Amino acid sequence: MVKKILSVLLCAAVLVFIYAPILLLVVYSFTTSNVIGKWEGNFSFELYAQVFRSAEIMQILFNTVWLALAAAALSTVLGTAGAIGIFYSRRRAAKPLQAASQIPVINAEIVTAISLALLFSAVFLYRTYLSLIVGHMVLCTPFVVLSVLPKLKQMDSNTYEAALDLGASPSQALFKVVVPQIFSGILSGFMLSITLSLDDYIVTAFTKPPMFDTISTYVYNAVKNGTNSSTPALRALSALIFVVMIVILLVVNLRARKPSSKEAAK
Amino acid sequence: MAELKKDEKIIQLVNVTKAFDETVAVENVSFYVRKGEFITFLGPSGCGKTTTLRMIAGFDIPTSGKILLNGQDITNLPPNKRPVNTVFQRYALFPHLNIYDNIAFGLKLKKVPVTYMNDKGDKYVKMQKLTRREIDEKVKNALSVVDLEGFEKRSVSTLSGGQQQRVAIARAIVNEPEILLLDEPLGALDLKMRKEMQIELKEMHRKLGITFIYVTHDQEEALTMSDTIVVMKDGCIQQIGTPTDIYNEPANAFVADFIGDSNIFNGTIVGKFTVRFCNRNFKCVDDFERNEKVDVVVRPEDIKMTDEAGGMLVGRVTSVVFKGVHYEITAMVGRSEVVIQSTQSRNVGNIIGLIIEPDDIHIMKKELTVNKYDGYITKKNTVAFGDGEFECDVTTLYPGSHLDEEGYLITATGEKLDLTDVDVSVEVGLQDIELSDNADEGGARGHIVQLIYKGDHYQYIVRTEENEEDFVLDSPDLWNENDYVSVKIKPENIRLALKQEKQNG
Amino acid sequence: MVKFHFSRKQLCIPYALFLILFVIIPMFLILFYAFTETADGAIRFSFANFIDFFTSAAKLSTLLMSFTVAIISTAVCLLIAYPLAYILARSKFKKKNVLLMLFILPMWINFVLRITALRELLDLIGLLGTENYLNTIIGMVYDFLPFMILPLYTTLEKLDNSYLEAAADLGGNKFTVFTKVTFPLSMPGVISGITMVFMPSMTNYVVSDTLSNFNITILGKLIDQYFTTYDNWHMGSMISIILLVIIFITMLVTGGFKDGKQEARGANLW
Repeated sequence: MVKKILSVLLCAAVLVFIYAPILLLVVYSFTTSNVIGKWEGNFSFELYAQVFRSAEIMQILFNTVWLALAAAALSTVLGTAGAIGIFYSRRRAAKPLQAASQIPVINAEIVTAISLALLFSAVFLYRTYLSLIVGHMVLCTPFVVLSVLPKLKQMDSNTYEAALDLGASPSQALFKVVVPQIFSGILSGFMLSITLSLDDYIVTAFTKPPMFDTISTYVYNAVKNGTNSSTPALRALSALIFVVMIVILLVVNLRARKPSSKEAAK
Repeated sequence: MAELKKDEKIIQLVNVTKAFDETVAVENVSFYVRKGEFITFLGPSGCGKTTTLRMIAGFDIPTSGKILLNGQDITNLPPNKRPVNTVFQRYALFPHLNIYDNIAFGLKLKKVPVTYMNDKGDKYVKMQKLTRREIDEKVKNALSVVDLEGFEKRSVSTLSGGQQQRVAIARAIVNEPEILLLDEPLGALDLKMRKEMQIELKEMHRKLGITFIYVTHDQEEALTMSDTIVVMKDGCIQQIGTPTDIYNEPANAFVADFIGDSNIFNGTIVGKFTVRFCNRNFKCVDDFERNEKVDVVVRPEDIKMTDEAGGMLVGRVTSVVFKGVHYEITAMVGRSEVVIQSTQSRNVGNIIGLIIEPDDIHIMKKELTVNKYDGYITKKNTVAFGDGEFECDVTTLYPGSHLDEEGYLITATGEKLDLTDVDVSVEVGLQDIELSDNADEGGARGHIVQLIYKGDHYQYIVRTEENEEDFVLDSPDLWNENDYVSVKIKPENIRLALKQEKQNG
Repeated sequence: MVKFHFSRKQLCIPYALFLILFVIIPMFLILFYAFTETADGAIRFSFANFIDFFTSAAKLSTLLMSFTVAIISTAVCLLIAYPLAYILARSKFKKKNVLLMLFILPMWINFVLRITALRELLDLIGLLGTENYLNTIIGMVYDFLPFMILPLYTTLEKLDNSYLEAAADLGGNKFTVFTKVTFPLSMPGVISGITMVFMPSMTNYVVSDTLSNFNITILGKLIDQYFTTYDNWHMGSMISIILLVIIFITMLVTGGFKDGKQEARGANLW
């Protein structure tokens, strides 16, 4: 009994630790006060209105989403093709590729970031949209490969041959038989890429064009310049993102759980 | 299948070899398949039967040699261009498609010539996809052939193994291939299901009238279903023949051992149509050279039991096992073990006489009577061959020679020779090799890759890991396949000879 | 004809080129910059950065500080996450997946926003601006805790109950069952979690900057400063090389990362 109480207490304490800052921000997003802890005026949606009125904030939201979608899409195509290629290559070719794939995964983000800075400045493309997109692709593509490879391994390798045997050309076999079977891996690679890109600060900071900002760089710079407290609208922006993300994640995961647990029960 | 015309070869392999990296899966294989035939590749796993099938399907391209289909070279033709369809070992059904779409997969890709007439009345031909109606019709037909009417909308995962098997067959035959390839299609089914499917497949073959090429390791399956059996081992064809031929006249001890149960004895030809084994001369119907060492194969059901006085051989019963239709009786005849299948029983300890008719004695040339290797002499005056190093007597290389204290060889004429790295050829008799569990005891180490029981002893093949060198040996002791053993050879049993070119140079 | 045999493998060529161009070559550029210096507009080979790093008290103390922060953060994460993961994995609760989700959900939400939110909380309770070290460690734990929980939960969840029953059956009491069976068997999760937390705690300067009001400099920040503030890319590269060596040593000690990071990133939960 004591153990049970202790268990519940620990869980509760950690949940409080995790969600207290988020909750605080959500609560104080309904007041226009500049300082958290001081409630000024009435309960209002004024900060939310400010978010949607601010051309600057709308622009960084747009930038962030646009960048995440573009980087994730490109990474997914490149990574899926790469995973298929690795899977069907001989070990001698596949091994070094897989090892190289691990580098951005293991590496500290700051090292990846400055390595790209060195490369792009050498070819005079430093801080361009190209360096930005490539930077995010370096972060995301290995994770796509890692998501797709296990699905390829689970696949019955004879199905590709069966498709050829039934008259499909190699590319038809790939798109009609292989891709549908690894689709869940491709999709999770894509989703993971989006979250990785949305989450990133360091690589973005080192590769972005000077006048370009994502939510991460904008908020960090606001803290750095001390302007975050003078722009309470950022609170509403954060609160909005927290709530939207939590809802999306819960819906996606709880829905995805159902069929898989059914399968496991078989 | 007597009505088959001999020259109607639908598929022909000419000196086909397939190597993967360093291992040779199929070695210089040549044979042909007649139109409408049910032919089976039979052999243990790794014998190259599946690789041969995959080359016919087009999944693997031969390293050398040619494959002809109706006389046309298709060696390098990709699988989607061949009028051949495959039923895969684990079915390889597409899990993301339902049964209908699985079967219709090939039909939807297919284009057929359709003749049209234009306004002026000229005929012209256009390649066109099949219509929905045509596809529906064909799928329905295929499903009825495999007895799965009404399964169109089901998903693959809801089907039992046997049903998936049928879908795989339907998916292949719906394309009306000239040849149907079946790669151990019944391997994943339980025994009862397998027996049923054997009969159904045979029936399907009869109805469809197309050529079936079947791969299996199950000799019973091969004997039941095939018109022709191709027995393979280590990438080479051992024998091609009808099931009756293969069973009654096995070409060698391997085939005899692999197909059905058999007693294999060491024999010697002692006269015209006379063979000696188990310390007695037997009349036989095969003619071999006098004094040739041979393997003698006698099927257990061909040995008749009688009383002690009336037997050609006399033995003591050591075990009796009831097998349903017959008893399997094991008797010791001298040092040889003889297995007999009979409807009559005996008791353990009975002394029985055995009769073997000349017709039932199958004699085949011994495959190997001595091991031959290329080797070289090491610094320590040992000899390295077969992935190992053995003590030997190097003085046998030069008659009348001896070794001095430093290990140099002094020839009869007093010449001092350093034998290090001298190439030699090595011969070791089958009886001169001993096995040991202790890896350090012998000169070379390897796994037992094959054993064949030969009446009073076993014949083993020990294969080393590094270069896959084989040691063939006879031994009365029992070891198991895959045992890791070391190979011991006494120095006096290693016969050395200098290589010709070394003597010249 | 040959084409058929190459087409599938050929799909990895763009990816291979991508890796060479944007991963391998940049790594060599770091190495090149680390062991060169720019003097009078010309680049020449030099050990100066190397020597400078190991003779500069300021840089060495930054290194030491980063280690301290990382070790404490990792230890705290482990101390919180292990019992938590154990409770979650062993619980009879039917929907423990949902429960787990609640604990690791934040890892998919932008960390800059979460750390800024934490900053507001620390400000509210009066820690901000006074307890820089404490705040930095709280921030690291806050950010990386999910990455410790997930691998631990995964290994503990997979742990076959029959091992524990066997151990108890053989006479082990609860304590010995845990120390002799459960904990050793969960080591892969522990190692995976440690590698997931340790390295970022040494380098993620957004956390330390935001929560210490830019008063604490960790190794990642130092690299950033040499690139953006001091404009000495050679020194920045040298510190990166030292960081890479530390990563490499951690890898050797822990026996490699394998695919742990991807798993811990929660790829399987999407």
